[in-house]
Parts: sequence; structure tokens; C-alpha cells
Amino acid sequence: MNNSFLTIAMPKGRIFEEAAALLRTAGFRLPPEFDDSRKLILEVEEENLRFILAKPMDVVTYVEHGVADIGIAGKDVMMEEDRDVYELLDLKISSCYLAVAGLPGTKISDIAPKVASKYPNVASGYFREQGEQVEIIKLNGSIELAPLIGLAERIVDIVSTGQTLKENGLVEYAKIADVTSRLVANPVSYRIKEARITEIVDRLAEIIE
Amino acid sequence: MVTTIFKGCAIVTKPFMFEKPLGMRDTLPVLYETKVSARNKMSDEIKKWGYQFIETPALEYYETIGEASAILDQQLFKLLDSEGHTLVLRPDMTAPIARVAASKLLKQQIPLRLAYSANVYRAQQREGGRPAEFEQIGIECIGNKSISADAEMIALLADVLKAAGLQQFKISIGHIGFLQEFFLSILGTEERASILRKFLYEKNYVGFREHVKSLPLSSIDKKRLIEFTSLRGSEGTLEKALALVENNKGQESLSELKELSVQLQEFGVGKYVSFDLTLVSHMSYYTGTLFEVYAGQVGSPIGNGGRYDNLLEKFGWDASATGFAIRVDRLAEALGEPIQPVAPECILFSPERRLEAIEYATIKRSEGKRVTIQDITVVQNVDAFTRTFSEVHLFVGNGGNGKDE
Repeated sequence: MNNSFLTIAMPKGRIFEEAAALLRTAGFRLPPEFDDSRKLILEVEEENLRFILAKPMDVVTYVEHGVADIGIAGKDVMMEEDRDVYELLDLKISSCYLAVAGLPGTKISDIAPKVASKYPNVASGYFREQGEQVEIIKLNGSIELAPLIGLAERIVDIVSTGQTLKENGLVEYAKIADVTSRLVANPVSYRIKEARITEIVDRLAEIIE
Repeated sequence: MVTTIFKGCAIVTKPFMFEKPLGMRDTLPVLYETKVSARNKMSDEIKKWGYQFIETPALEYYETIGEASAILDQQLFKLLDSEGHTLVLRPDMTAPIARVAASKLLKQQIPLRLAYSANVYRAQQREGGRPAEFEQIGIECIGNKSISADAEMIALLADVLKAAGLQQFKISIGHIGFLQEFFLSILGTEERASILRKFLYEKNYVGFREHVKSLPLSSIDKKRLIEFTSLRGSEGTLEKALALVENNKGQESLSELKELSVQLQEFGVGKYVSFDLTLVSHMSYYTGTLFEVYAGQVGSPIGNGGRYDNLLEKFGWDASATGFAIRVDRLAEALGEPIQPVAPECILFSPERRLEAIEYATIKRSEGKRVTIQDITVVQNVDAFTRTFSEVHLFVGNGGNGKDE
């Protein structure tokens, strides 16, 4: 059981490099072509591992359904998707935060308050908590455009350096939550492949703290 | 859904003619056969252990069953009866069985062993495809406070799954009483304990650790709480737990589990089980041991169960109880081998030889064969029609015997 075959869902793009570097530091022998491969599935036979490369938003979905045993997912996605997975470890990579932003010196419209976001559930939850009734508009990217063009007075998005907001003349109004990448596990895999997953968690935990 | 725009102004949205309510599914022949086969094997095994099957109504009063069941309110399907009472479609079978037992059966026999195979209803919020109606097969053993009842549940669960044809599965056993006592002994109040329980229930270990770090506790107690999350795994879990507890109460729960472990070995199911003291169920009525069972590629537990010593009280009996339920749909997924329905034989007849065809079919059926009889004059394409049958017999034209094609 200690070396049972494991499938790991990795997020493509921004988080990928940091995640791969972390795994290497933890002593996983990942092939060099790993970083620039266009393949969606990569097997590392000597480690008895298989990696699948998924859109960051989808990692938790693969893990929840058990086609990946574990995965690396942003806390932002986990907050948005609310999937039934174990959140085992804060990997402390790809650090950023979810924030409310908008044009400086503006306030939310009294008549037709609108908020645009890639995270409609997070946004809706946050504003309900504040007792604000707003209409949430779901966008899939370039969220900063929304206040500039008058689609919404506020946006909810992730902020890492604040550079994008600045370049578009936007300012931050409130911080919603800190975001880092997390190691997540499928509930069944976590029990059936418990020894292997625990070993990986321990190896990663050692280099993080 | 289709939106029809009538001339004028009314806009009416109506379901497609073949559409079903969210989460409702038809069971087509292959799935039907697979489920029936698994269900029959499981119910045979359950009967062999002396459990008696009962049925209860699909509709119950919200005030009794709806509130006694541990299913979230927003997951209940609610209806109104003609007198204005709120009804629910039963969200689980444990509460209805507790009701039946308390109202009648417990007067006759204690301990009482009951079984059921029934559909339950839970409204789904996410991803429309998830079933909101699904079949559970399960048992309840009421009025049996002993560890041997807990052991019987788990041993029977293992036997039932083996009987259904499942080769590999794993049963994780926890103890909600131990968890509760351990948290209370360190945290002092139920309010604080419930926060940590919620993190475990949400499977959020990161949040659990961060919350523990933020608590005004001694570093030893913080360490004990964080070590608690590693009380799981195949070996040494109970020993590790014993090293963590200080008060006698936690020790009591642990010796219960120790005893359970011994009995499970005696039942010969030791290899299927492991202990996981971090296990917290969505079923809030559990009071002692609780367990979940996992198998194969299915991403969620295929069954769960545990001890609920306070539920019967809601129906006026102070009786302890324990039980389990298996989700037949997830079990079918774990079995992985669809069972094809048996193809019947076909007798095609022309009207003048109908009597011959009926007599021949009767003989075949008395031999236990499945036989379809069909008037050939209404069949437009004989080849297409007969393709799915195992054999075709023709009673067509004048004279002659039934001739196999």
C-alpha cells in the first residue's frame, strides 16, 4: 500500500512552475520535459506517479470525483467551488489575496449596485455578509475592464502585486481572504491510499514550515 | 427548458416533454438488472443474519421525520397535504425505522433487528446531474447497547458487500464520543469544540491547524489537538490515541474501540477495517462508533453507519441503536460490471397460427424461458425487430411445426 499508484492533478499556468519546483525540492524525481510539455497526462514510472495538467479552476473537480487522488489547488478556487475534498496542507506558494476593487473615490450605486467577478459565489457571499444587496455579474477574465467601461462599480478578483489594478487606475477597497495553494485529496483516496498520501504530506510539510 | 414566445406578450417556460425534475433519473434495463442483482444478493445475506425487512411510506410529517433526520433542511423535499401539514419525502430510513420501532415493534422484541431497501430523497444543490433520489439498503439493530452490536454491524456490512460481489473495500471506523470528549477536555466548551468539529467535517485540516494555533491554549494542548488529526491509519491508531488522552472518559471510548477491534478479528473482517478517529459524519445523530466504507474508483463513500443512542428518545423510547446504509447506485458503480438483461426468445406468428404460438409460448415459459410473442403483420422490419432476441421461432404461413430460424 505504501507505494500505491497515485494520480496528482496539477494546475496549468502561473501556479504550475512553483508547484513543480516544490515537488522537486521535496525529492520527487520529475522528468525535465515536465515543464514545457504540452501533454495533459504525464507518467513518472519510477515514482509510480501520474500527473494530469488541468485548468486551475478544475483541479478540485478532478479530485472530488476521484480521477485524481490528490491535487494542488488555489484556496480561491476552493472557496468558489466548495468541493468535497480534504484540504491537507497549505503549500504557501502562489500567495495572493481576494479583494474588492474599483475606481478611486467611487461608491457602489444606490440604484443598481453591480459587482463583476470570476468568483460569483465568493463575491455574493462576501457582499451578503456585509448586508449589501448587489447584483453579481460573472466574467471569465479581464475583470479590471468592468469598472472602466461601466459594467460594474466594484470587482472581486485576486490581487498578487497590485500591479494590474494600478495600471488600470483601480484601487483596492477591501480584502476578502488570503489565498495560497493547497494540497487537496479525494476523501476515498485519502483512506484507501492513506500511507502513500500521508508520506507525501509529510515530505512536503517538512520543506514548507 | 423551452421558452415559447406567443404573439402579444406572454412568455411561458415549460419543460421539454421528456424532462424530469432536477436530480431525478430513470433506471434503464442494464442499470436496473445490475441494481436488482446486487440488491437480491445483499438482502439474502442480510436475511441470513436474521434481520427482517420492512417498508415505510415515502411521505412523512416534517415535524416528526424531517426534524429527527440529520439531513440539512435545504436538502429536504417538502410538500403540503390537503390539510396544510408540511410533509417531507423521507431523506433517510433511520428516522422512519426508529418511528416504527418505537410505535409498535419494540413492544414485542428487544433487541430488534430490522432491514430495509428503499429510495430516499435529498435535493441536490450542485451540478444538476447528481441523483436526488437514490436507493439505500441497510439495517438497524435497536435496543442493543453492547460493543458486540457495533461489531455485528461492521461484520455484516463486510459480508453484505462481499455477497454483492465487491472484492476490495475499506471500512474506516471512528468514534464521535471519543472526539467530543477529547475536544471538550482541552477546549472546555461545546461552542469551541463545535468549531473544530466543523473543520473536520469540512475536511479542512489547514483551517483546523490555523484555528488551533490561534486559540489561547498551552503549547502542549495545541500540540495534542494537532496530533489528533493524525489519529488515523491501519496500525497503531488506538495506541497513539491512548497516549494523547488524559481523562478517563476518552479512555473509555478507546477501550470500546479496542474491544471492537478484537471482535472484528473474531468475525474475520479485520483486514477490511482501519481506525480513523478524525471521522465526523454529516449525520449529526451519531453518538458512538461511526464508520464509512469506500471502494474502488468511486469518489464518495458507498455506505456509512454508526451508533445513535439518542434518536429513539425523540419517539418516546430510551433505547440505544446502531445501523448502516449502503448506497446501491454507488455500489453498482464500484462493482463496475454492468449486467446485461437476459435476452428473451421471440415467437413471431401470423394471425391464423396464433393459438399454436400461444401454446408454444406457454410450454417455453413453464420451462422457465423468457418468451415474447409478436404478431408478424404489425412488424415493419422483421430483421431490425428480431435482432435483440436470443432465438426466433416462426409460426407463419400454412401448416408445419414451429420452426427455428
